[in-house]
Amino acid sequence: MEAAAEPGNLAGVRHIILVLSGKGGVGRSTISTELALALRHAGKKVGILDVDLCGPSIPRMLGAQGRAVHQCDRGWAPVFLDREQSISLMSVGFLLEKPDEAVVWRGPKKNALIKQFVSDVAWGELDYLVVDTPPGTSDEHMATIEALRPYQPLGALVVTTPQAVSVGDVRRELTFCRKMGLRVMGIVENMSGFTCPHCTECTSVFSRGGGEELAQLAGVPFLGSVPLDPALMRTLEEGHDFIQEFPGSPAFAALTSIAQKILDATPACLP
Amino acid sequence: MEEVPHDCPGADSAQAGRGASCQGCPNQRLCASGAGATPDTAIEEIKEKMKTVKHKILVLSGKGGVGKSTFSAHLAHGLAEDENTQIALLDIDICGPSIPKIMGLEGEQYVEDNLGVMSVGFLLSSPDDAVIWRGPKKNGMIKQFLRDVDWGEVDYLIVDTPPGTSDEHLSVVRYLATAHIDGAVIITTPQEVSLQDVRKEINFCRKVKLPIIGVVENMSGFICPKCKKESQIFPPTTGGAELMCQDLEVPLLGRVPLDPLIGKNCDKGQSFFIDAPDSPATLAYRSIIQKFCNLHQSKEENLISS
Repeated sequence: MEAAAEPGNLAGVRHIILVLSGKGGVGRSTISTELALALRHAGKKVGILDVDLCGPSIPRMLGAQGRAVHQCDRGWAPVFLDREQSISLMSVGFLLEKPDEAVVWRGPKKNALIKQFVSDVAWGELDYLVVDTPPGTSDEHMATIEALRPYQPLGALVVTTPQAVSVGDVRRELTFCRKMGLRVMGIVENMSGFTCPHCTECTSVFSRGGGEELAQLAGVPFLGSVPLDPALMRTLEEGHDFIQEFPGSPAFAALTSIAQKILDATPACLP
Repeated sequence: MEEVPHDCPGADSAQAGRGASCQGCPNQRLCASGAGATPDTAIEEIKEKMKTVKHKILVLSGKGGVGKSTFSAHLAHGLAEDENTQIALLDIDICGPSIPKIMGLEGEQYVEDNLGVMSVGFLLSSPDDAVIWRGPKKNGMIKQFLRDVDWGEVDYLIVDTPPGTSDEHLSVVRYLATAHIDGAVIITTPQEVSLQDVRKEINFCRKVKLPIIGVVENMSGFICPKCKKESQIFPPTTGGAELMCQDLEVPLLGRVPLDPLIGKNCDKGQSFFIDAPDSPATLAYRSIIQKFCNLHQSKEENLISS
């Protein structure tokens, strides 16, 4: 039987969502970032934990690269992105002296840092903690899930692109979730088609249909398809808030709809 | 947080756990107990096995999803068009083995008489099987692939890798070090989000003294099939691979535009060159493969004459 966890720094975090994919480059960090921004625009207090130690993308996506991390009496203070402190972030990206420095660590060392990230960041009161992960089903993923298990995560959002090559890896990720006892809240299909800005023809750049078929096959909810959107790419490059700045852009409706589904699927907290 | 021991002696060195730089490392006790030590015989055995393999090329990227496996597969297809060239494609992406699907293989290992493939994907009985392995087990699999597969006489061994700079990368570099790796081709896409990871990969290569043959910028622009106008789906907001290559003094092998037929053919397990021989993407690939051969051969000549 599991011993009761020390409440510690996650005591004030109401709901934890992991964003996973077996496949690299499908948009986990993008979805994590936009979900966090959309939840914050819905009035929630959100934290993002970036456990991609080799390729920490989130600081740049939120315009926070180069920010310093400070110690406080309860551990590391997360980096706040706004004056109201409604959105905060912790990433190994903040701990690198030089941004081009590679984190060339084997599994055990990555596990040790992840445990620290989970227990030693003073998040304070949060409605949601979104945990962005690297691709795969290995050390980081096991360490993250084991460290978070005592806090009963809400579940996992699994991201794929439409092609069979992605879906092939993501099927394995669903097996991983099942084996680790992690509930799958749903599948998001990213990069679902591109509408030419010149002639409005929609092209399936990365094939089509894979995400929805996978959701049906695996018996998990399909949360939506997010189209390729250069405005979204640009705001991520520049670290701006896409949800605030581009309400008319193709990806906006899909992203806000996914955030709404997460809000609807969140159980009401007992007082 | 503990300092990253920049001078980590390596888990299997004689100094493991005992070096000055080991102080404070979470693995110190494990290393000092000798648990991390692996016999060096494997490296010697691999060196022997690799004597019949003329050239070894790694395909790397710090970033996931930029097209490493697609490039590896099509480099293999391109080189194998010469029937007299023997190509082997090794997929060491143990958690996400894409190569069997991209090459249209379900378990048989030869695409053509002169193009053979090895991947952990062949060892999985179901498409839903997950490979949930920690580092040491992945390393063991890579060692087995290199040591226990009967490679035979091979002109090019192309090694497709997972994203990142971790166990798999350290292992393959370590196991092949004495067998001489010709170099690495590094794949990126134009955006800074990719480039920032790829710079790390270039630094990793320099750290482990792995020569860089060049960089390929994938998904570089999209031509609408209807109106033929170009869009930048993944905008090169910080100068793309071209500027990065200039800054870091590595060759840019070329740029490949997005073509929906690439994804479709990978899904079907076919060579994209056959389905779309005149596509700008095919032409770009062919030019890159030619440049790869030129650069790679001139490196060889420099080595021989030096």
